[in-house]
Amino acid sequence: MEILIAIVIAVLTGTGLYLMLRSRTFPVVMGLTLLTYAVNLFLFAMGRIQYNAPPVINMSDTYSDPLPQALVLTAIVIGFAMTAFVVVLALRARADLGNDHVDGKDSVEDVKEANR
Amino acid sequence: MSHLAIAPILLPGFTAIVLIFLARSSLKITRGVSLISAVALLNIVISLLQQSATGSIEVYSLGNWDVPFGIILVVDTLSSFMLLVNAVLVIGAILFTFHWNDERADNLQALIHFLVMGVNGAFLTGDIFNLFVFFEVMLIASYALMLHGGGKERAKAGLHYVLINLVGSSLFILGVGMLYGVVGSLNMADLTQKIAQVPAEDMPLVTASALILLLVFGIKAAILPLYFWLPKAYGSASAPVAALFAIMTKVGIYSIVRVHGMIFWQGETMATLQQWIWPLAIATMVLGAIGVIGARRLRMQLAYTVVVSVGTMLGAFAIHSAESMQALFYYLAHSTWITGALFLLADVIAKQRGGMHDSIVRGPQLKQYRSIGVFFFLGAIALIGMPPLSGFFGKVLLLNAASGVPGQAAYWAAILVVSLITLIALGRAGSTFFWRVNEPKGSAVAVPKSAWLGIGFLFLMTFLMVIFAEQSLVFFAHLGEQVANPAAYIDAVFSFEAVNHEN
Repeated sequence: MEILIAIVIAVLTGTGLYLMLRSRTFPVVMGLTLLTYAVNLFLFAMGRIQYNAPPVINMSDTYSDPLPQALVLTAIVIGFAMTAFVVVLALRARADLGNDHVDGKDSVEDVKEANR
Repeated sequence: MSHLAIAPILLPGFTAIVLIFLARSSLKITRGVSLISAVALLNIVISLLQQSATGSIEVYSLGNWDVPFGIILVVDTLSSFMLLVNAVLVIGAILFTFHWNDERADNLQALIHFLVMGVNGAFLTGDIFNLFVFFEVMLIASYALMLHGGGKERAKAGLHYVLINLVGSSLFILGVGMLYGVVGSLNMADLTQKIAQVPAEDMPLVTASALILLLVFGIKAAILPLYFWLPKAYGSASAPVAALFAIMTKVGIYSIVRVHGMIFWQGETMATLQQWIWPLAIATMVLGAIGVIGARRLRMQLAYTVVVSVGTMLGAFAIHSAESMQALFYYLAHSTWITGALFLLADVIAKQRGGMHDSIVRGPQLKQYRSIGVFFFLGAIALIGMPPLSGFFGKVLLLNAASGVPGQAAYWAAILVVSLITLIALGRAGSTFFWRVNEPKGSAVAVPKSAWLGIGFLFLMTFLMVIFAEQSLVFFAHLGEQVANPAAYIDAVFSFEAVNHEN
């Protein structure tokens, strides 16, 4: 289970990083979203992985740490709001700058590749 | 437990909400509410400062939980002083917005107060996850402020600014999560004590989280490899926003002092941090100076002086003695206020030069070149660090604090050479603006009184730092003592008792 979660986090982080280094705003936003997922999963896993353990004392023999769950909830909400903002900003930049390149201008190679 | 401690967060938050409801009413009302709230905030902050200057550290537990379970706010000398720096800067910026920048229903004033709320929260909180939350409050307001006024340049710089800060936020959670996974606490005082008991095999994880958090605060503070967003963002934001942003890099420095200077400044983590911070500080200063002399616009030049000041403060942090902390925070207040004032002044200059804006090239003579020239001259002297203004005292304190420590030679050389470069660059900018001029433009607009009020207020504060240097240095010595020895902070937090309402 630990290995599976670790692999999932690693894959999400890797794809997120790759997409973030792309030159168009949409892949970058997608990359940020994936990175946020990875980070949230990581934060959740920091409470240690347990089965059948409610985050309440005296309900069963074992209990899981409720704090990372509360933290991850906060992080999800904030991440959601930020993603919404950056999507709107990317659209605004697309309208203002006339293209969706993160630097606001297409390089010659980009244009060539798009025309190919 | 008095409720005054939470007022610096509640007041701006409440004001911002009221301002959103008032967005459609006349400008006089929104401006009035905004300014009154900022002045009230200054009053609250001054009473908090007086309280903490006596040496008492106030702990305010939200929801009345016992330490270390709930979220706490801590008002010590450092927090209350940072609140003061912010409150003063905000008044200057708000005064400046009154003529050129705000329009009906653009929510500029409301956003300013949301930003203040986030910054104040970050200064007050004693909980590391709560610090993240207040960072986000501050950032979302700053994203909107950054884009205020619209335009191509802002859209581009704003996109970069938002994206890099979103990556920073993700890294922040990563660092905090790692720390919680190993140590099992989020309360800063509790963390400081528990890290000493972490088993040796887990220490690399703690060090890793320290470095991840250094990366996060480094993005906010604009330390060497992470400062590339700053010049564009500060250079293209509208003037009062750029002035307000002068506090944002300082939030990064404050967080480094609080989190790294207290929680991580022990054992092998400290050694690793010192290894990283020294070269970063010197390199940031040097590259900032190259930017200062290479900049072709005044706003850009000022943005690079922010980078220089960040490097300077980071160097003082690496020394980490009571003297260096005293120097760091004297310099921090001076640098925040004077940079803010100069960003405002740069806008005045740009407005009077018509199409040339703030490019450092020959252009029409300014309409009010005498008054603007005097302010520019004074501001430049303070920023460079020449006597008799506040920058000089700051740099003398810094040089003094660095004597006898291992990095002394590099730090002294960096400070002195960088000051010289700033002198040359600002001298060139000033002589171009005021002496290499063509015929004055008849159409140039006069500088409105409110702009002078905003700029003059910030200048006045830096002059006060010089006039009352002796008294303020006593306070700064006390502050430095408290920051360098966090024992008093930890004691205060752990001696906190939840209020019992049954008695």
